[in-house]
Amino acid sequence: MNQFLAMGGYAQFVWPAYGIAVLVLGGMALQSYRAWRRQQTLWSAIEATRPQRRR
Amino acid sequence: MQRFANPGRFMRLSGAIMPWCGAGATIGLAIGLYLALVVAPPDYQQGEAVRIMFVHVPAAWMASFVYGFLALASAVALIWRHPLADIAAQAAAPLGAGFTLLCLATGSLWGEPMWGTWWVWDARLTSVLVLFFLYVGYIAVVNGFDDPTRGAQAGAVLALVGVVNLPIIKFSVDWWNTLHQPASVFRIGGPTVDTSMLVPLLVMAVAFMLYFAVLLLLRMRTAIVASRVRAAQLGESEPTAEPRSGRAAAGTVT
Repeated sequence: MNQFLAMGGYAQFVWPAYGIAVLVLGGMALQSYRAWRRQQTLWSAIEATRPQRRR
Repeated sequence: MQRFANPGRFMRLSGAIMPWCGAGATIGLAIGLYLALVVAPPDYQQGEAVRIMFVHVPAAWMASFVYGFLALASAVALIWRHPLADIAAQAAAPLGAGFTLLCLATGSLWGEPMWGTWWVWDARLTSVLVLFFLYVGYIAVVNGFDDPTRGAQAGAVLALVGVVNLPIIKFSVDWWNTLHQPASVFRIGGPTVDTSMLVPLLVMAVAFMLYFAVLLLLRMRTAIVASRVRAAQLGESEPTAEPRSGRAAAGTVT
């Protein structure tokens, strides 16, 4: 396990690269999902005040 | 293509496709990470540092691919005024910027141990940095107008002009002297990468592509719901309001 984490002496380059990948990809997903939730909340509030609205 | 112009139809279709893309991306990333970090052998010259390739190269491919998508969507928006095209372009831009940033950051982390430098102003690195600025510029232009329709149009023109950068990125390693290695996968005569590394690389690339697809669809859905919200709010506050323009009205759904 320690050998795996050491990455043949390149740990200080390999792990930050994967860490940044997690941060960037995760950040994209989180931001997109939050925006989706926000609009969903707004829309359901509008729906609730206008139940007669035809779809 | 006009069949998919109906945002209601798009909402149903994308809702059906998204879970499959999401599952594919999750499985692909899990398998890809295992192959990249555990199964793939260390390189005979680069040792374990070669594992940076499995995020760097897919990110670089996505950076260019997403820009191509952005430009194509912009062209469709300008020529056919397809109501989903602007939405697709604007949904894709931040994702492309993210992939480009990831490509630059991991490339820097790979350059330091292999080239002895974090950064060099050569053609490949500089043209990818320009790609990042094109994404940022597109986002800034789109949001820089009071009228979203005009912003979308100006952004679309910028996106099309920026396409000239894509072949420069692709062929920069052939046209100019550079520290960056030449193409080793998409080249005439087939890949020069060994299968033991090519397979993890392609799995990661497919996973990145599916990941992009999920987030693109999610962001497009968000934009459509947002336009419904905006239309409803406008309808409530000013019952006799004119539609802002033909295109904005077309963009505002069901």
